[in-house]
Amino acid sequence: MNIHEYQGKEVLKQYGVAVPEGKVAFSVDEAVEAAQALGTPVVVVKAQIHAGGRGKAGGVKVAKNIDEVRAYASEILGKVLVTHQTGPEGKEVKRLLIEQGCDIKKEYYVGVVIDRGTGRVTMMASEEGGTEIEEVAAHSPEKIIKEVIDPAIGLQVFQARKLAYAINIPGELVNKAVKFMIALYNAFVDKDCSIAEINPLVVTGDGNVMALDAKLNFDSNALYRHKDIVALRDLEEEDAKEIEASKYDLSYIALDGNIGCMVNGAGLAMATMDIIKYYGGDPANFLDVGGGATKEKVTEAFKIILSDENVKGIFVNIFGGIMRCDVIADGVIAAAKELGLDRPLVVRLEGTNVELGKKMLNESGLNIVAADSMADGAQKIVNLVK
Amino acid sequence: MSILVNKDTKVITQGITGATGLFHAKGALDYGTQMVGGVTPGKGGTNVDITLENGNVVSLPVFNTVEQAVAATGATASVIYVPPAFAADSIMEAVDAGLDLVICITEGIPVLDMVKVKRYMEGSKTTLIGPNCPGVITPDECKIGIMPGYIHTKGHVGVVSRSGTLTYEAVHQLSTRGIGQSSAVGIGGDPVKGSEFIDILSRFNDDPDTYAVIMIGEIGGTAEEEAAEWIKANMKKPVVGFIGGATAPPGKRMGHAGAIISGGKGTAAEKIATLEACGIKVAPTPSDMGSTLVSVLEEKGLLEKCTTGVAQA
Repeated sequence: MNIHEYQGKEVLKQYGVAVPEGKVAFSVDEAVEAAQALGTPVVVVKAQIHAGGRGKAGGVKVAKNIDEVRAYASEILGKVLVTHQTGPEGKEVKRLLIEQGCDIKKEYYVGVVIDRGTGRVTMMASEEGGTEIEEVAAHSPEKIIKEVIDPAIGLQVFQARKLAYAINIPGELVNKAVKFMIALYNAFVDKDCSIAEINPLVVTGDGNVMALDAKLNFDSNALYRHKDIVALRDLEEEDAKEIEASKYDLSYIALDGNIGCMVNGAGLAMATMDIIKYYGGDPANFLDVGGGATKEKVTEAFKIILSDENVKGIFVNIFGGIMRCDVIADGVIAAAKELGLDRPLVVRLEGTNVELGKKMLNESGLNIVAADSMADGAQKIVNLVK
Repeated sequence: MSILVNKDTKVITQGITGATGLFHAKGALDYGTQMVGGVTPGKGGTNVDITLENGNVVSLPVFNTVEQAVAATGATASVIYVPPAFAADSIMEAVDAGLDLVICITEGIPVLDMVKVKRYMEGSKTTLIGPNCPGVITPDECKIGIMPGYIHTKGHVGVVSRSGTLTYEAVHQLSTRGIGQSSAVGIGGDPVKGSEFIDILSRFNDDPDTYAVIMIGEIGGTAEEEAAEWIKANMKKPVVGFIGGATAPPGKRMGHAGAIISGGKGTAAEKIATLEACGIKVAPTPSDMGSTLVSVLEEKGLLEKCTTGVAQA
């Protein structure tokens, strides 16, 4: 789960991570009030969307007086920002962060991730702050320094000190950087983050070490123990169909093709998208109905697929293990009858009770095209939506 | 021969009195697995009576702790169907009890819980499979997990996969071609897990009854690339691969917690390129996993040896 920058900074602040003073604003008036309350000579007006690359897209402006705050806030609020992370349709700005301006001496990068190879939390730091860390990783990987953290004892002071010296934090600020990194690690672990990225981390003219930006991502599996984080979820940043699917415990991701997919199992669902593409089609979604799907869940899944106007045809691909084919057939028939099946439907069933499932579909009187294999089904649906 | 489990493996179910645990304990017993007991704290001293498909009733003893279950039954393996919030604790309890093999089916365990589990397991003799996996099966001998047993046939091809349903798909494609399996192992879809591809490949490499292996990977991480390099350097048997998620958009978690392309890393294209560079033939579509293996077996003169059953139309 993602949260906004201003929320991330509030979370980090609770752990002692130094962040600039700032306030969220939902309107131009609120932005002006926030700037007046800050009272600093320079304030930064920052668009709050769940995507990086905001600065380049014109979503971050430095204002030197209240008139400029008003002008920038009016300009950015309601604007659709298109960045490399938003997709071509962009994201509309509905919230601003009004923040004190900093006298930046130098920018650095600090990130915390879970390294799969070691199965441990790893802190990464780089002197190349402010730019995309992926770019740094690509052209000069030696400039990213890593410390692997033992979960039994957490990030040690010497490790943070090694990182701080390695990225050339000014000597007199190393202790502040160490304190910053340890606080960041504590926040990461305590709140079950999956990524915590501070880019840039800055040292300022008045001798502070601060997070100028903060990107926090949380492990969805751990949200049950973080009600405070769940409260920060911004549904407006998420796809409406994905929200609807999550209510029924369906794993759904919207894509931009025209073939709706309903599959059991995440691996098979991904592979189904792949095989549609392989035969020249375009999947409209990833949808895993799960191993224990019921007739109701299948019906809801169908409704979500059909609610996508781009969907010109549907491919149901089920390998029934625990999931019985007759249950799937029952759900498909119920959904098609309830919603009216106005688009081609190809069904491939295999596994437990497959004969019964096929028989039910055949006898349903619905216009369902049966497929013998994944490849057969994919080719059939691709031809039907042409 | 086989890997990890066989007809003599004695298994207990952690979470046996829950609906899922009970359902799959029955499935294991129906298949012929030596399921010898279960653990549910607070239910120790009771029994669960399970009526099998053949009408027989098996009464399994329930214990409060894994340690007690192991002492009373002599089990060497455990399967976990405990809800995600408690599953990490269950794994550590099983490790503490000194089991050889722990298979965790539970999906949705917080990643940082698994980080602790892996740290806890350092230096222990236990092999952990999963979490978020279908389990392990040695056809006709032992089924531990949620896979449909009847699609499997005994034979000489090993299957290892990050995905449950894609494992079934591969096994089905093999069985319908008359090609049996030595063992099929789902290592699970989480980013931090007990066993990686290399751990399982190395066991298949050492198993005299496994002649070839299918490895099914997906986007996210670099485990497939590491496995490919390991295969090139160490594997004495042919391996074919499939990688799911070629069409997955970056930054989106595709169902499995570990199936995510982040920072431009972990794409299917990269993985396929590395596999091929290491001499591993990759099936172009998930429908071709079986046929790709057959073509490699033919090439190596192993097809006849691997054909253990009758091909179905």
